[in-house]
Amino acid sequence: MLKQTDVLCHECRRSFALIAGDLCECCGRPFDRVDESYRQGELCADCVRWKRDNAWRGVLTKNRSVYVYDAFMKEVIARWKFRGDYALVEAFRSDMCREFFCHFPRDSLLVPIPLSSARLYERGFNQAKALAELLGCPILDALERFDSAKQSKKSRHERLETDRVFHLRSDVLLPADASFVLIDDIYTTGTTVRHAARMLREAGAAAVSSFTLARS
Amino acid sequence: MRFVFEQGKWLPEALAKEKHKDRRPISRLPDLPSCEKNPEFPFSPTLLAFLEGRQLLIDDLPFSLEQIQAHYENGYLRYQKGITQTERGGYRCERCGNERAHLFASFHCARCEESCTYCRQCLMMGRVSECTPLVVSCVSPKRIAYDRPLVWSGKLSHAQQAAAEAVKQAIDRHDELTVWAVCGAGKTEVLFPGIAHALERGRRVCIATPRMDVVLELAPRFKQAFPTVPVIALYGGSEDRFKQAPLVMATTHQLLRFYRAFDVMIIDEVDAFPYSVEPMLQYAAAKARCEPSALIYLTATPHPAWQREIQKNKRMAATIPARYHGYPLPVPAFEWCGHWRKQVQKGRLPRNVLAWANERIQGGRPALLFVPHIALLQQVVQILKQLDARIEGVHAEDSARKEKVHAFRQGAIPLLVTTTILERGVTIPRLDVAVLGAEDDLFTEGALVQIAGRVGRSAQHPNGDVRFFHYGKTKAMIAAKRQIVRMNRLAQERGLLKSP
Repeated sequence: MLKQTDVLCHECRRSFALIAGDLCECCGRPFDRVDESYRQGELCADCVRWKRDNAWRGVLTKNRSVYVYDAFMKEVIARWKFRGDYALVEAFRSDMCREFFCHFPRDSLLVPIPLSSARLYERGFNQAKALAELLGCPILDALERFDSAKQSKKSRHERLETDRVFHLRSDVLLPADASFVLIDDIYTTGTTVRHAARMLREAGAAAVSSFTLARS
Repeated sequence: MRFVFEQGKWLPEALAKEKHKDRRPISRLPDLPSCEKNPEFPFSPTLLAFLEGRQLLIDDLPFSLEQIQAHYENGYLRYQKGITQTERGGYRCERCGNERAHLFASFHCARCEESCTYCRQCLMMGRVSECTPLVVSCVSPKRIAYDRPLVWSGKLSHAQQAAAEAVKQAIDRHDELTVWAVCGAGKTEVLFPGIAHALERGRRVCIATPRMDVVLELAPRFKQAFPTVPVIALYGGSEDRFKQAPLVMATTHQLLRFYRAFDVMIIDEVDAFPYSVEPMLQYAAAKARCEPSALIYLTATPHPAWQREIQKNKRMAATIPARYHGYPLPVPAFEWCGHWRKQVQKGRLPRNVLAWANERIQGGRPALLFVPHIALLQQVVQILKQLDARIEGVHAEDSARKEKVHAFRQGAIPLLVTTTILERGVTIPRLDVAVLGAEDDLFTEGALVQIAGRVGRSAQHPNGDVRFFHYGKTKAMIAAKRQIVRMNRLAQERGLLKSP
């Protein structure tokens, strides 16, 4: 089979740092990038904390991410998402597809994390949807987002307190036994995907995981 | 966004009173007509000031859509298409002039709910797509005449005076003029009388340059020379971004936000633009100019094609062949240094290059060594560090670039190895320069003249050593030397040089 030519030059391709090695089995955090004290068995301290919390235990099966959210990736994502250079999504295609099918089944049902309607108008496209469309699995736009202050400006505590970020679209019927995978661009604390996962679980989904382009 | 037609006028879908089936992005409509100006309309002076001489996106305007639309309906502003079709069926970005297919991309747009094509060339200024209107003012910019605005006590040299007179005349007559001034001629001062003349007549002046640091360097000089005239400096992230002034310093990219704004357009270092950026600059400059207006190019090293046009009198030019201090330009010496790349691979430098470096360090003369590529630079620095551990290298992606150049100016670094990033704008007294691998394609005639032009710039130390180490002479090297020699001869003939 012919190998597809890369849309990036060697220099740029080399600057994309793939996540690899020993990972937290829940959130996919690479252990070699955090202090040893952060690790507790096969889990990282964050995931242990999530597991202890009655309200959140078991909501999210696991998360996997493709790239390390480093300075370079920050720049790429900023140009793609904030400047709106949609075409950059092609640069993620091959790594996204390969990594996704390493961790998730072929018959996954993808649920992109939605933007609020104001944010969607501002950006012109939903970056999570653009990523989901790379994977070739069925996509279900099951969620809608309430308009509210930007997530990135809030502390972890504030994020957890913001009770409802998403709601289920009234016209959507969830196939409960499907294996749901939420798609988003960046995994930071994991709060966003957990809020979304909780909505799906409350609506009857048996298992919900998440897959993101990058993680910090 | 999409437009609909309602009660005899075009308006953004979001402002429509009824539901419409026919709603289209601006690119898929005939040109939207201008409305007749309503003198009774209580227009917003802030909005008009904001838009004066500009071409902006609706997202750039801190005014409500209702307000913008009301100014359209009353004839104070117009909507233009952001993306148009060319005759050959391709796309053109009306903001930056891009027509290259690979610099366009499409996506399913949430604003127009269609497949929407956008320009990737000027994306960093905010996305222009098929459904993006460009907003321009229908009111011509304010013109205020300043009485004797120039307060400058300096004196122009004979060579500068002649060019200054030509600039003034071109500005007065709305002509095009190229000022070919050798490195260190003092070309900024040459502009002063012409700009003063323009400001006395209430004309609006823009000085555009490829680099932000030049904007930052020029702005205070002009503020000092024209203390009563508002001056703004525009570059990415500048605080002056939406201010208005009759005297504007801007990077090329900022020029893209202007529309029929200037009576005098001055483009500095026109040859410094990468070839690929140049068409965008030409487009932006043309769009930002009023009709009629003057266009002045400043360059120390015009492209060969321009040089030919100047020699055949097809391009109006004023030449300043001598430096302001009246000493001739240092002429580069060529020195063959063998297969130097192979030597560098083996961790060595050609003997004559090493001797050159040693002489500079022993003699305590600061020296720049230019090399063609970053990878080579690092190897050469490693080798030279054995000579003197203080030797450093600097390149475009070096995060410590500013600090290293500063340390070099202070004398803490005796010899700095650099890529072509330091070919312009560096003035250090007593400097010597050399090029290792002058035969590389990267060293064009212009680049080599600029590199040689770093030497002997101060009146106290007008001499210095320029050495091109090579593995075979190139046409560019010969042309560079010829250009320097010719300028010196011209200066001699015109009696512009100090007699020895």
